[in-house]
Amino acid sequence: MQINKIKTEIAEMLSDVFDGATIMVGGFGEAGSPIELLHGLIDHGAKDLTIIANNSGNGRVGLGALIGQKQVKKVICSFARSPKGITFQELYNKGEIELEVVPQGTLAERIRAAGSGIPAFYTATAVGTPLAIGKEEKIFNGKKYILEEALNADFALIKADVSDRYGNLTFKKTARNFNPIMCMAARQSLIQVRKLIEPDQTNPENVITPGIFVKKIIEIDNAIIETNAIEEGMIYP
Amino acid sequence: MTKKNFTNAEKGWERGVIASKIANDLPHASYVNLGIGMPELVSQHIKDDREIIYHSENGLLGMGPTPNENEIDFDLINAGKKPVTILPGGSFCHHADSFSMIRGGHIDYCVLGAMEVSMNGDLANWSTGKGIPAVGGAMDLVAGAKNVFVMTQHLTKEGKPKLVEKCTLPLTGSGVVSRVYTDYAVIDITKEGFKIVEINENLSIEYLQTVTEGRVYQ
Repeated sequence: MQINKIKTEIAEMLSDVFDGATIMVGGFGEAGSPIELLHGLIDHGAKDLTIIANNSGNGRVGLGALIGQKQVKKVICSFARSPKGITFQELYNKGEIELEVVPQGTLAERIRAAGSGIPAFYTATAVGTPLAIGKEEKIFNGKKYILEEALNADFALIKADVSDRYGNLTFKKTARNFNPIMCMAARQSLIQVRKLIEPDQTNPENVITPGIFVKKIIEIDNAIIETNAIEEGMIYP
Repeated sequence: MTKKNFTNAEKGWERGVIASKIANDLPHASYVNLGIGMPELVSQHIKDDREIIYHSENGLLGMGPTPNENEIDFDLINAGKKPVTILPGGSFCHHADSFSMIRGGHIDYCVLGAMEVSMNGDLANWSTGKGIPAVGGAMDLVAGAKNVFVMTQHLTKEGKPKLVEKCTLPLTGSGVVSRVYTDYAVIDITKEGFKIVEINENLSIEYLQTVTEGRVYQ
């Protein structure tokens, strides 16, 4: 019997998701954002989710749509103030969604740490700022640092470019961003890829995320491009 | 402290002039991160005697200029989420590696905008204290880059000094700024105060002092 992580239905990809889950969402803005999996999560209907992502969605597509459906109770991100971030803005102003602001590099490192079995680390980022309040301080070599804890997740929704059935992933250009480290930090990383290839077509020298960090894969060609979808007035569902 | 309000402020250098002063201070072969907005102008003023490599926080080293309309790829964007290009010799990496370049002290210079800079080099540029708080990579950049340059107008739109004794807005970093480039002057942050490196040819030191909170000296 062969290992095969490939699924054909989005519902199958998300079958283990539960209410109250912590879910990482890959992408930086729209580059690398797993829009079809996010729409699948809306169809799934899981509620009280905590989302870890760099941003908080645009328009009523992808993450913006999921937030608009009130399935998210908390967002942990570095930048939740996008001009098109209408759904988050509306709920935030009404006090109906929580926000934890994390400096972008600290966010990335907290995710990387989680995937590497590091429970916490010290960093100079945010020392002396409001985001350091309540955090343990320590001095190393005369310089002040604060303690930041790893960010684990139950699931990661990821967009990659190419995969084989083992989940050896490559990414496209700056759509790589948070995706590889989120694959490592989540108990189940769920990947939508543009193209599936046979394992003997995978060049081991070029694999960015080795399959050990991948749970399920689905091929979605012609994925939605957020900018175009918003311009065309797309609203999901 | 009540801040003075300069509604009839003197006209200073154009943005392009400020950008060219920064460009001239970036040494050959520097790895540089330019903040979103006004600092992006710096790349247009680099002279042919040097090569600068631009870093974008979202995993791009060797960033090139804006693409033509027909070359736009929404998977190739900068930290401001605008389409860009990659130059020969450029590379992509994931976010943790990209921020290791910043936090690990590998970026030689970053150039950022400012709302306030204090005499001891504190920078406030991420929050007015109102609205949705959003920090992005600013705190990592100021904590990690070897040199932090600020590029800003000397006064706010309301005519208030941006160079102050002590910041009143939420800080991005404490004691992090090395040099400030404004339309009025180029100023180093020193223990003695704001040290004038260069002053706009149309302005006096006395005038610069009146539009700056905290001691300026030459």
